[in-house]
Amino acid sequence: MTTIAAEGAPSYISAGYTLRSWLTTRDHKRIALLYGVSILFFFLVAAAAAAMIRLELLTPAGDLVDDDTYNKLFTVHGVVMVWFFLIPSIPSTFGNFLIPLMIGAKDVAFPRLNLASWYIYTLGGLFVVVTLIAGGVDTGWTFYTPYTTMFSNSHVILAVTGVFIVGFSSIFTGLNFIVTVHQMRAPGMTWFRLPLFVWAHYATSLVMVLATPVLAMTLALIAIERLLGVGIFDPALGGDPLLFQHLFWFYSHPAVYIMILPAMGVVSEVITCFSRKPVFGYQFMVYSLLAIAAVGFMVWGHHMFVSGQSMYAGMVFSLLSFLVAIPSAIKVFNWTATLYKGSVRFDAPMLYALGFIGLFMMGGITGIWLAALAADVHLTDTYFVVAHFHYIMVGGAVMAFFSALHFWWPKVTGRLYPDGWARAGAIVMFVGFNLTFFPQYIAGYLGMPRRYHVYPPEFQVLNVLSSGGAVVLGVGYLLPLLYLWWSLRRGRLAGANPWGATGLEWQTPSPPPTYNFASAPRVEGPPYAYQAGGTDGR
Amino acid sequence: MAAEGTSAMAASHFADAEQRETAATFGMWIFLATEVLFFGVLFAGYTVSRVQHAEAFILAGRHTDVLLGSINTAVLLTSSLTMALAVRAGSVGWRRSCAAWLVLTAVLGVAFLAIKGYEWHEDWLQGLVPGLRFAYSGPDAPGVELFFFLYFVMTGLHALHLTIGILVIAVMALLAARGRFSAAYHTPIVLTGLYWHFIDVVWIFLYPLFYLVSRS
Repeated sequence: MTTIAAEGAPSYISAGYTLRSWLTTRDHKRIALLYGVSILFFFLVAAAAAAMIRLELLTPAGDLVDDDTYNKLFTVHGVVMVWFFLIPSIPSTFGNFLIPLMIGAKDVAFPRLNLASWYIYTLGGLFVVVTLIAGGVDTGWTFYTPYTTMFSNSHVILAVTGVFIVGFSSIFTGLNFIVTVHQMRAPGMTWFRLPLFVWAHYATSLVMVLATPVLAMTLALIAIERLLGVGIFDPALGGDPLLFQHLFWFYSHPAVYIMILPAMGVVSEVITCFSRKPVFGYQFMVYSLLAIAAVGFMVWGHHMFVSGQSMYAGMVFSLLSFLVAIPSAIKVFNWTATLYKGSVRFDAPMLYALGFIGLFMMGGITGIWLAALAADVHLTDTYFVVAHFHYIMVGGAVMAFFSALHFWWPKVTGRLYPDGWARAGAIVMFVGFNLTFFPQYIAGYLGMPRRYHVYPPEFQVLNVLSSGGAVVLGVGYLLPLLYLWWSLRRGRLAGANPWGATGLEWQTPSPPPTYNFASAPRVEGPPYAYQAGGTDGR
Repeated sequence: MAAEGTSAMAASHFADAEQRETAATFGMWIFLATEVLFFGVLFAGYTVSRVQHAEAFILAGRHTDVLLGSINTAVLLTSSLTMALAVRAGSVGWRRSCAAWLVLTAVLGVAFLAIKGYEWHEDWLQGLVPGLRFAYSGPDAPGVELFFFLYFVMTGLHALHLTIGILVIAVMALLAARGRFSAAYHTPIVLTGLYWHFIDVVWIFLYPLFYLVSRS
């Protein structure tokens, strides 16, 4: 495989070392790193809240924090993890870094808007930090009315303002990606030659652009209602609290797909590279990404089976939710079919990706239980739900984030990390994750409700297991931080293509030069031209 | 390549001017799609509230000023015409004509805001402002208050968009007068036009909902 860019062109990192050069950059790769640092900060904030929650739940009594503090802890964990880590996690970092590289462009379509989106994210994050310093918010990440508008005495307006603002950063990111994919593709890069990572981000961007404004306006209405004591959500004022839930979930269910679709894109790239086979059923993979994004808009009511919506609406939403399982299953089948008769290598990115498949399947199948009307009556608002969505959002999205981190780390930094440590980290994370969240399925099935800090003593064994698992999981998150940090200075030089992968991003030096390619690449064949059994550059 | 300044970078990441123009226009359309959903929440809220408080909405709808509302509709539609003429003048490179049509559009926008402001003032005097000064004590007061809540949020948000539009148009008029645009490059005016027409379309939905449907 040849390297297109001229050797010796300065990389995007050496283009400038001052703080100013970073804060005013329009290079999509640098903006990706700005996002990376920011989301790491918020990940740690939200993880600290999770650690407190797991510590409290070690014993049935409420001995670490009082109930008000506990409410604030799970609220900040949810708000920060969802809007300040998971939503931007893969798109704003790896999406930003890789999409222009993968389609052979010099940058995204609107570099200034890209930088602006990071500043908007930071401003929203500032509101959340102020909320925390001021004393926190206790409504749960769902901000249900009329509790948020009438009864909560915590800093609701500050918190919803932060989320309102950060929404625009994801709208701008989505807008930028859509236009970039439409307009900036290199000659020969036809739609069906796009890597699945790009397709996944295209589908994600559609959801970002169409769902986020709904959340923004809904949160604005909450703030107005709380300020002025009038509004359309409070039943005491003639409003309709179910309307709030409909609007909230109209965004927040598709938001799950904002988290999982990019993860699917990552896993598709990694699986095919480490099986040394073209991805199985490329076109079906594309259509199922788009189908998930489209059908994902029509299933929000499955969050409201017990909140008094019409039974018939419940039936329709239940059926549509089952429908999402079909494209999701197509993807899982195609990944496994890609592995079949491939020359499978178990490098660290692959271990994370395989972990993703297992955990995503587990989360997806329990999602089917929850989409079933009768089963949901028993399971809703229990730890079963908590376990289900953590399997998707942590087991799925975060595992894929780490897979991406390990796969493209050599491209981003130009360095290789110690492989043994990385594999160990992947295994520790997988074990720790299952130990944390599998017991929660059982606790929930047995009836332990979510969002309480005291619980009946018979659930203690399961909670101790879960808290113990959280420690292992914490180690799993800490390990990569350490050896990746180490690799920045001491790691071996990676070269342009350490994995022998196809894809334009591997044909330019690591780290890439500012404009990505010395001359505009020309694409002449389908993606994933791997030869099964061949070593292809390794 | 990397040694170039950041300002040169933004100018040259497109292959050619045509790509830049298509990208900008496409981006604007997507932005307008997000705006549709942004306003869409309020239209959904209006629909649900109207179904739940049908009588109250009919009562409340008679308290808006249909005459001023209609005049404003005419003013705004006319401004869309002048905007379209400005875009046309821009695309054929008539610099002064383009600037003049833009100024006229902005003036019509200000006229709309003035009339709207007068209406809001009248509503304030009549005690029809929910949360701040609501003195209506007839039947179905909570439903009437909801109607006026939606009225103020929706016309307020519309006016906010209009204000932004007027400011952008003023800048564009200035740039056009200074000869920054030509037949070959006038994308910013096209984008401003798209945004302005969108604001107009929103009003075309607000006008019947708040001024017409309850009157018979």
